Amino acid sequence: MKNSKSKTIPAIFLLFAFCGLFSDFAYAIDVKRTVLPNGLIVLHSEKHNLPLVMVTLLVKASPLNEPENKAGLSNLTAELLAEGTKSRTSAVISEEVEFIGASLDTSVNSDYTTITLSVLKKDIHKGVELFSDILLNPVFPAAEIERKKGIIKGSLRQREEEPSFLAGRAFRKEVFGSHSYGRLLEGSVTTLDAITREDIAGFYSEYFLPNNSILSVVGDISGDDLQSMINQYLGRWKKSGLSSKSINKIDKKTERKIILIDKDLTQANILFGHRGISRDNPDYYAVMVMNYILGGGGFSSRLMHSIRDVMGLAYDVHSSFSANKEGGFFQAGVQTKNESANAVIAEIIRHIELIQKKEVTTEELSEAKAFLTGSFPRKLDTNRKIADFIALVEFYGLGTDYVEKYPAYINAVTKEDILRVSGKYLYPHEYVLVVVANQEKAGLKQSGGPE
Amino acid sequence: MLLLLLCPGIISAGEIIEYQLDNGLKILILEEHKAPVATFQVWYRAGSRDEPIGKSGLSHLLEHMMFKGTSQYGPQEFSRIVQKNGGTDNAYTTEDHTTYFQIFSSDRIAIAFDLEADRMQNLTIDPKEMLSERNVVMEERRLRYEDDPQNALFEEVNAAAFKAHPYQRPVIGWMSDLKSIERDDLYEYYKANYSPRNAYIVIVGDVKPDEMISKIENSFGSIPSGPVRKNVIFSEPVQRGERRISLKREAELPYILVGYHTPSFPDDDSYALDVLSLILSGGKSSRLYKSLVYEKKVALNAYAEYSGFSSDAYLFFLGATAFPGKDIGEVEGHIYAEIEKIITERPDDREVMKAKNQIESSFIMEQDSIFLQAMKYGTFEMLGGWRLIDKYLVGIRKVTAEDIIRVAKKYFTEENRTVGVLMPMKNSK
Repeated sequence: MKNSKSKTIPAIFLLFAFCGLFSDFAYAIDVKRTVLPNGLIVLHSEKHNLPLVMVTLLVKASPLNEPENKAGLSNLTAELLAEGTKSRTSAVISEEVEFIGASLDTSVNSDYTTITLSVLKKDIHKGVELFSDILLNPVFPAAEIERKKGIIKGSLRQREEEPSFLAGRAFRKEVFGSHSYGRLLEGSVTTLDAITREDIAGFYSEYFLPNNSILSVVGDISGDDLQSMINQYLGRWKKSGLSSKSINKIDKKTERKIILIDKDLTQANILFGHRGISRDNPDYYAVMVMNYILGGGGFSSRLMHSIRDVMGLAYDVHSSFSANKEGGFFQAGVQTKNESANAVIAEIIRHIELIQKKEVTTEELSEAKAFLTGSFPRKLDTNRKIADFIALVEFYGLGTDYVEKYPAYINAVTKEDILRVSGKYLYPHEYVLVVVANQEKAGLKQSGGPE
Repeated sequence: MLLLLLCPGIISAGEIIEYQLDNGLKILILEEHKAPVATFQVWYRAGSRDEPIGKSGLSHLLEHMMFKGTSQYGPQEFSRIVQKNGGTDNAYTTEDHTTYFQIFSSDRIAIAFDLEADRMQNLTIDPKEMLSERNVVMEERRLRYEDDPQNALFEEVNAAAFKAHPYQRPVIGWMSDLKSIERDDLYEYYKANYSPRNAYIVIVGDVKPDEMISKIENSFGSIPSGPVRKNVIFSEPVQRGERRISLKREAELPYILVGYHTPSFPDDDSYALDVLSLILSGGKSSRLYKSLVYEKKVALNAYAEYSGFSSDAYLFFLGATAFPGKDIGEVEGHIYAEIEKIITERPDDREVMKAKNQIESSFIMEQDSIFLQAMKYGTFEMLGGWRLIDKYLVGIRKVTAEDIIRVAKKYFTEENRTVGVLMPMKNSK
């Protein structure tokens, strides 16, 4: 076996200290970054405060890598990892994980797959052995594939009950068209039916590779112990050539489109938005500050203040930029009684136009910065959060000094930047508007709100 | 048999510092220096069980009004001050209590003290703000219950299971009750329940207890202790026959929810009920999933839910969503068959141990989060004192397979259950 059973972990050996430069508090997480001979990037942060170990494996396998007619393939593959290995059945895997009170979960989102393990220190060997078994030895039994497909299809059916699900699905489809960001992670009944066992096994062997993955381990485990456990349990994981298939690019441009879905509801579920930015956009931080003021900042945001506090028309209203690897979207979402739908939509559009026309106030800007920088340490206040966070920093290429630099990125944003990015990334005229409601009562104006 | 070899200190109650101000306000502090953050929580012993008849939702609406200003701070200024210091804040209401909390980087935590002390005594409850916020709560009710068929069924089952006890009423309140709540109802309830004597503080995080206590003394010490709480004891008459309800509305799949009256912690039976709930539904290796979802494929999901952490006896729930095309009656039959199997086929030792390991492990896992730790101490304090955590863990460790069979026989009877079935209707429009 080549590239395996390495006794030492040489390669790049970086020590990056997450030292806080936050105004008043210092915060540091020591993360040791190593690249193994098989290409696996290992991030390790030793924390002995609790007898726990948190493991996150991020694999660059997602709907971005799926053909459109097999949508749901990456999700189905991840869901099946724990449903049978060379030596264990599905039932044995869950029984052994649950017996040690651990959790071993797989999950897929728009950009990647994760396998996470949370385990007590005393059970670390058992936990990591199970983790490596589902990662390295899944067999995708035909009966399990059929069972899982049935459950996913049934869940999709059940989710049709949720107005927010219907709205979100229609919104993404309209904004991203045929790109994978425009589809459900789970796929559809048709695409699920088209997926074969060969597709799953092929997807697994093409993408679940050490040189396509990031492993982060945080908790009560020393560097030496981690190294020997990696040798013992992941030593057989072999490097292989990475897929040369290109990832779909988003080509659809948002045009104004209003989608009305009729259901017997008391509330109108409203989604308003359009294409956004990708995570590597240099304007990302200015956009985050701008959105905090517009609708991301909870009770400090303009939308919440106006629509909830002043008008009393909603329990929750918020806006967000979801920034992924290949692109993203802007979305404002709200639920209000059917009869108030027109008023709320008009108010959202008014606020988008306002932030484009007039500079934000000094106070708004300083409060937004204070929250975004001051709340940052809480993104790293549990071992679980740290494990997930450092894997993402690596995946999105944010740099080993990201935690250190983050406050400076935020503090550099000016009022002019906000005016500029709101002009550039908000489109109050070319939008997708989805309203799931009792349409008779909502009586939506076909124009979708005033000009 | 593999036994948990945990150091007892780790999963028993930690080193809590307890202190009481002269006005009766109790303070619990746990030092936790693993990250430079801290949470501050004020717990009031007032929830929906304490509301007058016809005014359901009062506690929760008051919780909303607590953010709408005092003589000193305007509406939502509380949250703005917290946020511009990098903190987050929120609150929630249950049947038994109402909790307000903030999470800050630890050097900012004291900012919350004056603000919380202020709204403990000086709330305005402006009539105009009240009307607007009442509308907000009605939107919340539409969002969570009116337009969510499974949650709507939960409300129905609860209401049918209790005849006398106020647990019958939803915490968020019936729509018609919400409409009738007036400013003075809120103010009267606020004055009767929000006081140092009827509250306690929980702090967990990177703090120095001495410093916290002296600052809390400064902020809260001068507040009058408040009226003595009327501790009303409610008890639900014994149920003597199955109650069935059905709910017909637009939905995709049939869904069943069964509730059995069961005692709460620290009743002797509560430990075995807790372990039993995990045997039935603690993950994919548990009995309900294995039988209904995996083997028989009659349900899309199936679960048991028991929380003994309520002031009075509440319910043990069993629920399942039918697999598309399957009959909900068949699902119901399989649920009862699993209950019967607990009694006829003794749970094996490994199964019991697995459930106990899951409980113990979750206690340790929770310590990863200062917020969850504070919640845990706050919950036990509400139930009679934070030291009950130790009693709880001891009780769980003692549970045997025989205890589980005994409680299953005692509570899972036909007479003691309320069954709710959601029957999907297609949009008639």
